[in-house]
Amino acid sequence: MSAWEPVGTQVSNPDRTILKGGRVVDPVNGVDGSADVLIDGGRVTRVGPNLEIEPGTVIIEVPPGCVVCPGFIDMHVHLREPGHEYKETVATGVAAAVAGGFTAVACMPNTDPVNDDAGITRLILDRAAQARLARVYPVGAVTKGQAGEQLAQIGELRAAGCVAVSDDGRPVANASLMRRALEYAAMFDMPVIDHCEDVSLAGDGVAHEGHHAAVLGLRGLPGVAEEIIVERDVTLSGLTGSPVHIAHISARGALDAVRSGKDKGIRVSCEVTPHHFTLTDEQLAGYDTNYKMNPPLREAADVEAMLEGLRDGSIDCIATDHAPHHYDEKLVEFDRAPFGIVGLETAVSICLDRLVHAGRVRLSRLVELLSVNPARVLGVPGGELTAGVPADITVLAPDLAVRVEAAAFRSLARNTPFDGWSLHGGVAATMVGGRTVYVNETVPGATSFDRRS
Amino acid sequence: MLPRTDPTRHDAEIPLTGSGSSGAPAEFETPAGLRAKDLLSIGDLSADEIQLILDTAEAMKEVGTRTIKKVPTLRGKTVVNLFFEASTRTRASFEIAEKRLSADTLNVAATGSSVVKGETLADTVRNLEAMAPDMIVLRHAAAGAGHLAARLCRARVINAGDGMHEHPTQALLDAMTIRQRKGRVEGLKVSIIGDLLHSRVLRSNVLLLRALGAEVCVCGPATLMLPDMARLSVRATTSIDEAVEDADVIMLLRIQLERMRGYFFPSLREYFQQFGMTVARLRRAKRDVIIMHPGPMNRGVEIASEVADGPYSVILEQVANGVAVRMAVLYLLAGARHE
Ligand SMILES: [Zn+2]
Ligand SMILES: [Zn+2]
Repeated sequence: MSAWEPVGTQVSNPDRTILKGGRVVDPVNGVDGSADVLIDGGRVTRVGPNLEIEPGTVIIEVPPGCVVCPGFIDMHVHLREPGHEYKETVATGVAAAVAGGFTAVACMPNTDPVNDDAGITRLILDRAAQARLARVYPVGAVTKGQAGEQLAQIGELRAAGCVAVSDDGRPVANASLMRRALEYAAMFDMPVIDHCEDVSLAGDGVAHEGHHAAVLGLRGLPGVAEEIIVERDVTLSGLTGSPVHIAHISARGALDAVRSGKDKGIRVSCEVTPHHFTLTDEQLAGYDTNYKMNPPLREAADVEAMLEGLRDGSIDCIATDHAPHHYDEKLVEFDRAPFGIVGLETAVSICLDRLVHAGRVRLSRLVELLSVNPARVLGVPGGELTAGVPADITVLAPDLAVRVEAAAFRSLARNTPFDGWSLHGGVAATMVGGRTVYVNETVPGATSFDRRS
Repeated sequence: MLPRTDPTRHDAEIPLTGSGSSGAPAEFETPAGLRAKDLLSIGDLSADEIQLILDTAEAMKEVGTRTIKKVPTLRGKTVVNLFFEASTRTRASFEIAEKRLSADTLNVAATGSSVVKGETLADTVRNLEAMAPDMIVLRHAAAGAGHLAARLCRARVINAGDGMHEHPTQALLDAMTIRQRKGRVEGLKVSIIGDLLHSRVLRSNVLLLRALGAEVCVCGPATLMLPDMARLSVRATTSIDEAVEDADVIMLLRIQLERMRGYFFPSLREYFQQFGMTVARLRRAKRDVIIMHPGPMNRGVEIASEVADGPYSVILEQVANGVAVRMAVLYLLAGARHE
């Protein structure tokens, strides 16, 4: 599959453009300092301090204090199309993505019908091309219909543009099937992304098994249900030599399993969501269904472990698990509400506030978590501002005061527990293929990116 | 984002006269009221408020002894009994309490209403709200159903059992019964035995008994334990003898037959052998121990008939006190002052 070409929104700007005077953070090239970024034909051509400006070059003055980074990639979102367009569409999903600072998203296959077929993959890519905002990397199903019985046509999905396979929404329960999926997908350079949950231990749980669920009378989802399957997946990855990626890790024991797998040289990677390193099960007290997700919000010791994993490198990526739901679906008894919250438009602010400003991780590490590593895990272009790569760029305004306002989301959905939060740090602008796709007008000077008029 | 009823606005608009000029007996003239808008959890009540409810219930009990068992306290108030789970006992108890207080009552049962046609709880509550009831008594299989209802309506919501979460009026009537028999709750050893994990009665009782200073011991199979009981200042044991030892009060919880399917225990017979309350086991308790059960009982499973029908049993007193406690809660919530 060496001839495989990047997929998604093919946008380009033929103009020569220079981003002048910003702080550039590009960990792959060891850059963290004041530099200009030259873009030509939609690709990065040079990065360096005080670049010479040829006549005819469009000059974008990077607003003071803003940071130019390789485009952020959210490797775990649910765009709901086809089948659940009342929750989200590809168009509204990518609009939310670029507003949240993401230049690309990988969308999970649990649509209706399931993305287990090249036709569905092409439909998603067509919608993304029409939207011309963020790049969209479809994730195909591991099994036909995500039924956990028979492998999906993974080779065909790859040819159509899928970058990974997952049965997300549910785990690959059968260990033999998981083993074969790892072996088979690796032929196509695709990782298997697993939603790790032992279904027999999880039962019909709705909240993290612990003190709070017990007091509230909510059926528990134990951390070990996650840990056991992560242990299994790490072991099977070791057996097969194939890469496995653990979706939305949340339990401290599960992270220990990833860590020890990495120590043994096993090709395991993992992602954590902003809510799993920010919120705990203590928030469940009012039975607000915007705190219901799977994996569930866990206890303080788990949150602390996630923060440590982000710091020490055992967690590779931050992904949102953006899961839009209609408000009617969430306005029900806690037991009956669907799992999941939206995340695209809050993730970067939470990361800046809770990780960078809190002194937990440095900005360059955050860029690794949101850009470099997702690109590597998925094997997609990006994650760096190297000459020749598409000019996918996220411009951060780390000192911006942000107030989360769910009603103003570009996503169709409003199901967030972060509504009303005040956060320190946000997004100034987003560029995909050298073209500005989002400008945050509340950032002074950011309108210099706005060349759409 | 969930639409939320603004509680402060709510408080301002509801006329909060408890008995007003309706000619209530003197002892009910000036209700001190409860701080919270709703009674969803025992955790909504302070220890003082619990005592107030129990004291008021004592006064209410007297109404039940009159020839005309009715006071005009809640005249003109509308109370909806919204029951999504069948419960003859609790519903009857609330209904009698409401009628004795002269409230207008409306019973909405899950069967025979729009509920079965797939209407959501939110819509049911909003439709009822449009008819401006003063209070909604809600029984529902889902934990937190009362919290959802309370957010969507101005009517005060009384939780009459929400899934595995709580059953506050049950715990209050239990405390009333203990107080009547023992003169106090503080310092007593109360042992609660049975299916702890799935019991809303347990959860409400633990909060209430701890708030009133009882020493609480819970006992059941390891499979039906709650995690981290120590965090609730409760002693947990799987030894029935340890639980019964020196107990002042033994409260038995109902064992549901379907629990065998969740691998919780092998058979009802074995449950009775290991945890059933028998006369022999009871000998370790204090001589004046009382036996309580929230009902309905499974004789020969969690309790031997000899114990249920024996001299220590106060099970029927619990039922009688249920009406008085519910009258007190209805009365105090109707008269709640809100700052
Ligand atoms: Zn998942
Ligand atoms: Zn997901």
